[in-house]
Amino acid sequence: MSVRALRDRFRLLQRHRLFSLVPLAAIVLLLPLLFPSAYYYRIAALVFIFAIAALGLNLLMGFAGQVSLGHAGFMGVGAYAVAIGPTHLGIPPFFSFVLGAMLSALVAFVVGRPILRLKGHYLAVATLGLGVLLAIVFSNEANWTGGPDGMTVPRLTLLNWSLRGADTWYWILAVSFLVSAVLALNLIDSPTGRALRAIHDSEIAARVLGVDVAQKKLMIFVVSAVYASVAGSYLALLNGYITPEVSGFLRSIELVAMVVLGGMGSVVGSLVGSAVLVILPQALTLFRDYEHMVLGLIVMSVMIFLRGGIVPRLAAALGGRRK
Amino acid sequence: MNVLSAERLSIAFGGVRAVDGVSFEVAPGIVFSIIGPNGAGKTTLFNLISGICPPDDGRVRLCGKDVTALPPEQLARRGLSRTFQNPQIFSHLTVIANVMIGRHRHEATGIVADLLHLPAVGRQNRRTREAAAEALARVGLEDMAEWPAGGLAYGDLKRLEIARALASEPTVLLLDEPAAGCNAVETREIEDIIRGFAGDGITVVLVEHDMRLVMNVSDHIHVLANGRTLAEGGAAEVRSNPAVIEAYLGVRGAREAAGAVG
Repeated sequence: MSVRALRDRFRLLQRHRLFSLVPLAAIVLLLPLLFPSAYYYRIAALVFIFAIAALGLNLLMGFAGQVSLGHAGFMGVGAYAVAIGPTHLGIPPFFSFVLGAMLSALVAFVVGRPILRLKGHYLAVATLGLGVLLAIVFSNEANWTGGPDGMTVPRLTLLNWSLRGADTWYWILAVSFLVSAVLALNLIDSPTGRALRAIHDSEIAARVLGVDVAQKKLMIFVVSAVYASVAGSYLALLNGYITPEVSGFLRSIELVAMVVLGGMGSVVGSLVGSAVLVILPQALTLFRDYEHMVLGLIVMSVMIFLRGGIVPRLAAALGGRRK
Repeated sequence: MNVLSAERLSIAFGGVRAVDGVSFEVAPGIVFSIIGPNGAGKTTLFNLISGICPPDDGRVRLCGKDVTALPPEQLARRGLSRTFQNPQIFSHLTVIANVMIGRHRHEATGIVADLLHLPAVGRQNRRTREAAAEALARVGLEDMAEWPAGGLAYGDLKRLEIARALASEPTVLLLDEPAAGCNAVETREIEDIIRGFAGDGITVVLVEHDMRLVMNVSDHIHVLANGRTLAEGGAAEVRSNPAVIEAYLGVRGAREAAGAVG
């Protein structure tokens, strides 16, 4: 086969809906070869957890163009579900996990209806309020949640086999992330995904073409809340401990930063954004007191020099087919 | 039966009666034009009909059914689509993806099926893409299918918007100044496209300032001035109506024009 034919084949492959999975799967499989200790597995597991939450938020922000500054609230719902369910209600961890996701969907559905009518800054403030509200519930209902000190989370057991060990978690979370990526990529290449991207650019044009804007926004808000909830449950299970900080305002901002840094509307970008904001603080501990300053500087520089996000900009530079 | 009818539509913004008791009937398959000087209320009338803003008073009927004040997405599903004076393009999407949104009302969607990408979704995607490609070919944009829509020239954007509306296979299509800002060649192309609609049984309601285009394509013309109906009839009838000439040119201008002709 000639070079040209091969290149055409590759082009065709590149157009496939699930093409982004190729680099993602490669990363997941090859990373462990570089890991000298269990500590690295743990950090990578955390990266996948936040990548799931960021991916859900990216569906809302990058595709539908709606901002949420309260998504950590849904992480909190998921996290406390796997803590409270087994401890206080005797519900097995796995069912608590699913119930948490369903509860998050319900909260998003009920709250989303009125607040998604708001636009831009107003929506941002309303979602911020939602996040703050959930965080306050978690720290005030001390009988259930242990208050600001938090509570321990029972281990996830499957058929009497208790999940422990950073490498086990690495594989579970890697697969979970890949599954969430497949679902997101599927959605993007569907009538729903197209409608969401249309809403992002012009709501009025989408409406005159028959797109029910309010319903689509609500739907994607619910989906993104479920993503956050799943990530929150995993975080609680991985750490074995949970405090209200999981749903705090700073967490919500961190999620937004991951989406924007990695690239709005980029599935791979959500993983990269999460990796940057999870790994950098670990790597920067050698700057001691200046750690946060350096982190801030790096984030600012990325935004200045790679506007549009890391992944879209790099892809454009490598592909060289930017308009 | 008339496909679209307006009965005494009215709306006031503050003290200004932008549209004041306007009534008309549009027969199926024709090109129905609404003309009038700037500020006559043409675009406002479009907004009332297409559900962008509900009228203070009056009724809109689509194929005999009362659709007054229904939101645009429901009107779209009943077969009424429109374009805008300033093209409302999905600028981050490719040209063909823009037109694919036009197929939305014909697509079956379910969040679970879409998340799992069930085989039916893939088949439907292919059908949608084919239909969109056809609509693009109709307006002569087929070579630009994979371009980002934000990069198109103004005249192409106008045609893209028409293709998108066309893909939704509307019964009634409202075109708001499709030739505004287009050069003579582009205007001719748009004229041909509008003529083609009649062949598909699409009823066109046109707002346009380019009088040559209006006179060439219209089966029926409705003239507005200051929010009220001034005249109505065929192209020749309206063109020779003294009240219309006066509204456009003023009393003095009308007298001068009459002198120039005579």
